[in-house]
Amino acid sequence: MDDFQVINSYLCIRMPKELDHHKAIRIREMADRYIEGQHIEFVVFDFEDTSFMDSSGIGVIMGRYKKIQILGGRVLAVHVSDRIRRIFRLSGLHKIVEIVEDEE
Amino acid sequence: MKTMKNHMKVEFDSYSGNESFARITVAAFLCCLNPTVEELEDIKTAVSEAVTNSIIHGYGNQVGTVTMECEIDGDEVIVAVSDEGVGIVDIGKAMEPLYTTRPDLERSGMGFAFMEAFMDTLEVTSAPMEGCLVRMKKKIGVPLHERYNCLD
Ligand SMILES: Nc1ncnc2c1ncn2[C@@H]1O[C@H](COP(=O)(O)OP(=O)(O)OP(=O)(O)O)[C@@H](O)[C@H]1O
Ligand SMILES: [Mg+2]
Repeated sequence: MDDFQVINSYLCIRMPKELDHHKAIRIREMADRYIEGQHIEFVVFDFEDTSFMDSSGIGVIMGRYKKIQILGGRVLAVHVSDRIRRIFRLSGLHKIVEIVEDEE
Repeated sequence: MKTMKNHMKVEFDSYSGNESFARITVAAFLCCLNPTVEELEDIKTAVSEAVTNSIIHGYGNQVGTVTMECEIDGDEVIVAVSDEGVGIVDIGKAMEPLYTTRPDLERSGMGFAFMEAFMDTLEVTSAPMEGCLVRMKKKIGVPLHERYNCLD
């Protein structure tokens, strides 16, 4: 699956167009397979393609955060739209996920 | 011009794949109102939360019927999502942000908080073993006369 890429100790996950409960189940399974099987320190969620996200997205990110944090790692988010940023803020996710701003 | 009233009702099985079906359906029904992208996204998010709750919490591993109704009344949109699942014991507690009975499924307890944030009003009716009904309303901002009216 090329939605998941490991570069050094980074696991990059390309999030789907619509991130709901249905899609979240597979992301959770796949991500954990990588986190448990390889030396991962950083999980990077890439929202470039994502136009929809509900609370299921919060659960997936929060769950990976809990896993990686025990291993001393961190969670990052890139290409975060205003809408997703609002959802991050409403749920308090912005406190545990580092949003990397787009370059000009 | 006819009065701006319109109504629809759909029923579907409680499969997770039907979450996107519910969002697309409600968006298609409302598109003739010419809502802004943001208004539409707000309603889609709220619908997704309610439908997902019926599927995960209401029915769990069983397959049941989820009913979604949508009504347009002038500049107001009313959405109702209901199931005949296990119901809610303590509605007040269930509606608290971050409260979830399913942390094992990585639920975050933000569903009702999102419905409240993205809609104008939210009403939850439920009792144990009597299912759950979520009714939400939202006013669409664009003045009526500026809208393409599908009801003419
Ligand atoms: N249709 C329903 N039937 C039975 N119980 C429900 C229903 N909807 C909600 N609940 C109960 O209310 C709680 C809170 O719902 P809410 O949507 O706010 O959070 P969640 O679904 O647990 O997590 P999230 O929505 O963030 O994934 C649920 O954990 C569940 O116990
Ligand atoms: Mg929920």
